[in-house]
Amino acid sequence: MSLSIARLTASNVRKDLRLEWRSRDVLNSMLFFAGLVVIIFSFTVEPTAEESRHIAGGLIWIAFLFSTTMALNQSWARELRNGVLDAYRVAPAPPEALFLGKCLANFLFVLVLECLMAPLFVIFYNLSALGSAWQLVIIFLLGTWALVVNGTFFAVMSIRTRSRELMLPLLLLPVSIPAVVSMVTATTMVLSGEGSPVAQMKLLAAFCAVYTTACLLLFETVLNAE
Amino acid sequence: MRVEIRAAAAWRPGSARRIFAIAGQGELRGPPLTADALPVKVDNVSKIYGRTAAVRNVSLELQPGKFYVLRGENGAGKSTLLRMIAGLSEATEGRITVFSLPNREARSRMGYMAHAPLLYDELSGMENLRFFAQLYGITSDAPLHETLRRVGLDPELARRVGQYSQGMRQRLSLARAIFHSPELLLLDEPFSNVDPESAAQITRLLGSMRSAGATILLVTHQLGLLANMADEFLLLSAGRLVDRGVMPGVKA
Repeated sequence: MSLSIARLTASNVRKDLRLEWRSRDVLNSMLFFAGLVVIIFSFTVEPTAEESRHIAGGLIWIAFLFSTTMALNQSWARELRNGVLDAYRVAPAPPEALFLGKCLANFLFVLVLECLMAPLFVIFYNLSALGSAWQLVIIFLLGTWALVVNGTFFAVMSIRTRSRELMLPLLLLPVSIPAVVSMVTATTMVLSGEGSPVAQMKLLAAFCAVYTTACLLLFETVLNAE
Repeated sequence: MRVEIRAAAAWRPGSARRIFAIAGQGELRGPPLTADALPVKVDNVSKIYGRTAAVRNVSLELQPGKFYVLRGENGAGKSTLLRMIAGLSEATEGRITVFSLPNREARSRMGYMAHAPLLYDELSGMENLRFFAQLYGITSDAPLHETLRRVGLDPELARRVGQYSQGMRQRLSLARAIFHSPELLLLDEPFSNVDPESAAQITRLLGSMRSAGATILLVTHQLGLLANMADEFLLLSAGRLVDRGVMPGVKA
């Protein structure tokens, strides 16, 4: 009998996946929103293949950023329903496990969204990468983690405020701008084949490390704030 | 582990079941309690929201193994006081200690049942308990099955909690608060929305927990149910502790 953070994190992830499988609150809203962004932009802009390579990086990340923001509020809202978060707070379990579990579950949800949306982007924007396509995988993994870890942290701050739907983007977007710039730049570099994205990828990895450390250190304070 | 059993026995000469329950969770619960470790010590505590004081200068001590009923009109500050003792809300002034232990260690010895059920609607009763049990380091299903049976629920029931009746939710909520055999039990209106038969069952269960050595602090308006069981009542009015004494029906 011990409270290992790894085991509790896994337990939180399993619980979140099970809740999502049974309610589909998070994935449905993310898919619907991201799908709308892709389709509406493709009809309004109608870019050529060359133009697409230069704008798609920004467009892709905008779609994922806003979809993720919607999803994060919902992932915490289910912890507030019936006061369940209080049951966690009165337990001796380390709060970091709750945070990491929530981050990992949200990370998986957003990855599923990205996998489902990628073919749509390719079809609607006639996309093909001129650089090394495998680098996109790393950029998306790092970029998604940076968004999710920040978003999960700020969502728990905003969830108990009256206008939480507005509060989360207000808190999250300014802090995430440096990482978003790196994600967009690196993605555009790979798609257009202009320049090496390695420096941006390193920067993104550094952002992930900083965000994760800062959020882990501050999470308990934020969780118990009244 | 033997040292811990001896220490627990010395602190509270209760039943063997209580001692084994403590021994089973030794790693989580930390070092054994000292003889002078009061379950709850509230020292001149106030809780102020803006201009309103929900709790004002309350001081009290709860003795081990006793059953206390917290009474008072609506808005008297009962739930606020309970939440502060549970560590869910911080006192604006004063200090609260539970077993004279740091927060996390104290939590492993405490069970808390709130107004809200604190359960996931999308999970079954057993899935809920299994998740919360892991937060206390309990990985076996056996104590969870036993707890569900004690509160009158079927451990095999696959129905999701969202489809439970109010009474079933209330009993599952109680099961969530007691599955780890807490030494301090904080209960906020456990009899609300339950039928008389279930209320009697809950009362019997609380009686057996007290006999096993647990300290119980319970908020209720239904004093009749506890007349022959609770040791003391505490009366709150407008946030102040205005009276305390032996419960009617109990020999002093």
